[in-house]
Amino acid sequence: MTANATQEGRAAQFELLPGKGLTLVRLAVWPPLAWIGAFFFIPIGFMLAISTWTRARGGLDPAWTLDNYEKILTRSYLLEGLTNSIEVALITTAISVIVAYPIAYVLAYRVPIKWQRVLLILAILPFWTSYLVRSYAWTVVLGDLGIVNVLLSQLGLISEPLILNYTRAATVLGFVHFFVMLLTLTIYANLVQISPLYRHAAADLGASGFQCFWRITLPLSLPGIMVGAFLTFVVCIGDYITPQILGGGNELLLPQSIIIQIQRTGDLPMAAAMSVVLMLTVTCAYFLTARWLRLDRL
Amino acid sequence: MKKLKPDLGILYLVLAYVFIFLPVVVLVMFSFTSRDLPLPPFEGPSLKWYARILSDQRMLQAMVNSILLAGISSLVATFLGFLGAYGVARHKTRWDGLIRYAMMAPITVSYLIIGMGLLVSFHALGLPKSLWVVGIGHVVLNLPICFAIILAGMGDHQRNIEQAAHDLGASDLQALLFVTLPVMRPSLFAAFCLSFTFSWDEFIIAFLLTRFEVTLPVLLFEMLRAGSNPLLNAAGSLVFLISICLVLAAVVLTMRQRRG
Repeated sequence: MTANATQEGRAAQFELLPGKGLTLVRLAVWPPLAWIGAFFFIPIGFMLAISTWTRARGGLDPAWTLDNYEKILTRSYLLEGLTNSIEVALITTAISVIVAYPIAYVLAYRVPIKWQRVLLILAILPFWTSYLVRSYAWTVVLGDLGIVNVLLSQLGLISEPLILNYTRAATVLGFVHFFVMLLTLTIYANLVQISPLYRHAAADLGASGFQCFWRITLPLSLPGIMVGAFLTFVVCIGDYITPQILGGGNELLLPQSIIIQIQRTGDLPMAAAMSVVLMLTVTCAYFLTARWLRLDRL
Repeated sequence: MKKLKPDLGILYLVLAYVFIFLPVVVLVMFSFTSRDLPLPPFEGPSLKWYARILSDQRMLQAMVNSILLAGISSLVATFLGFLGAYGVARHKTRWDGLIRYAMMAPITVSYLIIGMGLLVSFHALGLPKSLWVVGIGHVVLNLPICFAIILAGMGDHQRNIEQAAHDLGASDLQALLFVTLPVMRPSLFAAFCLSFTFSWDEFIIAFLLTRFEVTLPVLLFEMLRAGSNPLLNAAGSLVFLISICLVLAAVVLTMRQRRG
């Protein structure tokens, strides 16, 4: 087939064969769209609506009010869930980027190419343990009789076991462990796409190794960092399991407060309003980072 | 820069890998302990905790629930994802951008939000919680992944094969069934495998939307409240093993397709 004939063939597919076949192609997108509409967009719209209702005796009172939102912003035990969550997510994101960047950098620039792939697959292998099981495994590692405390006391560095479990630090550690894998991947994918010619050119013009990194490599790898950081923030702030298992009940994060509203208080409108606040926080994060989030550039 | 020289960078890499693998190694290692707690010193190896799983009725039931849930919801998600990708790739309209955006939308919110939406909706409609509702939620969260993977596998060269089938007199349905589907098999299988791992691992939607028929992650979470136990290590290691096998299958298949 010549190029010309192929093009004609394509034109024929779109224009000259309307009746019999094209209907099938035209209809194909409808079932998945219907599913997402019925079980994603409509339920979320419904959740928005219910968040403006209140709980009444024996059910819900569908009178429009912003009471729930007012409570979230004024009652300290509810507001703390939100501020704690934002703090933990920001700390996690910052530490994860700092830990992951050198891993990605060494993998991309210092390790021979044939090893890169193997090491990368190894680096994300623990990603596939269930996140629940991974958090549980950390409680075992961090426990009073866990490996960390046993090692430290055998080295004579501590006389009494450190309290590591059920703290904010444990939650952050569990999160960082998970997101370092994710960020290594996005940053690595970005780094290997930067042409080495830029660095060679900078070196030829007399830039030191550090200048080369600071002025060339780092700015060019910003999209990879931001995509990973955004994903980290979003997944982190919506996660219930890690803070629940590793953080214990000492301080509540937003998803934990939401579950408490559902299970103990039985206040669905309040839980819905808090979920909306969670969504809004993520939306804010999106707009703050949007100019770097061209996913197709990765 | 070609050879691996031991220096600060490599040292950092080694430390990072120790950090990344520490919980997994501890998890798997202490699933073989013969003691009653998953703590050092390690004694064993013993398979008693794996044997315990096989004799634990609740655990087996939860595992069967999880496998059925993941299997059925991933099949549906793969099928719908294929339809979406097929429609978008083969029939250009001015709504394409919007359709793609709608298909990918569930990926932009937390699982918790998807679960909450379904929970309040089903509650308000007076419908009971069940594994089926969890399955509906799992299809929602896996559809974008299936759609993206299958769309990426629907290249132009495949369109040419379809065109050839048309030229030889095949109807659209015939071309779809006998040409497109067989050619797309690796992508479809990869999408299915990945969906399966996500659904099989998923906790919060299953936690919110089931009451009595629990999935494995929900059961493990309940067991966790009673404290650590090598049984959890053994169950966790099994979950890990199954996920890894599925992911490797998906990776091998997509790589083979890319080469072929």
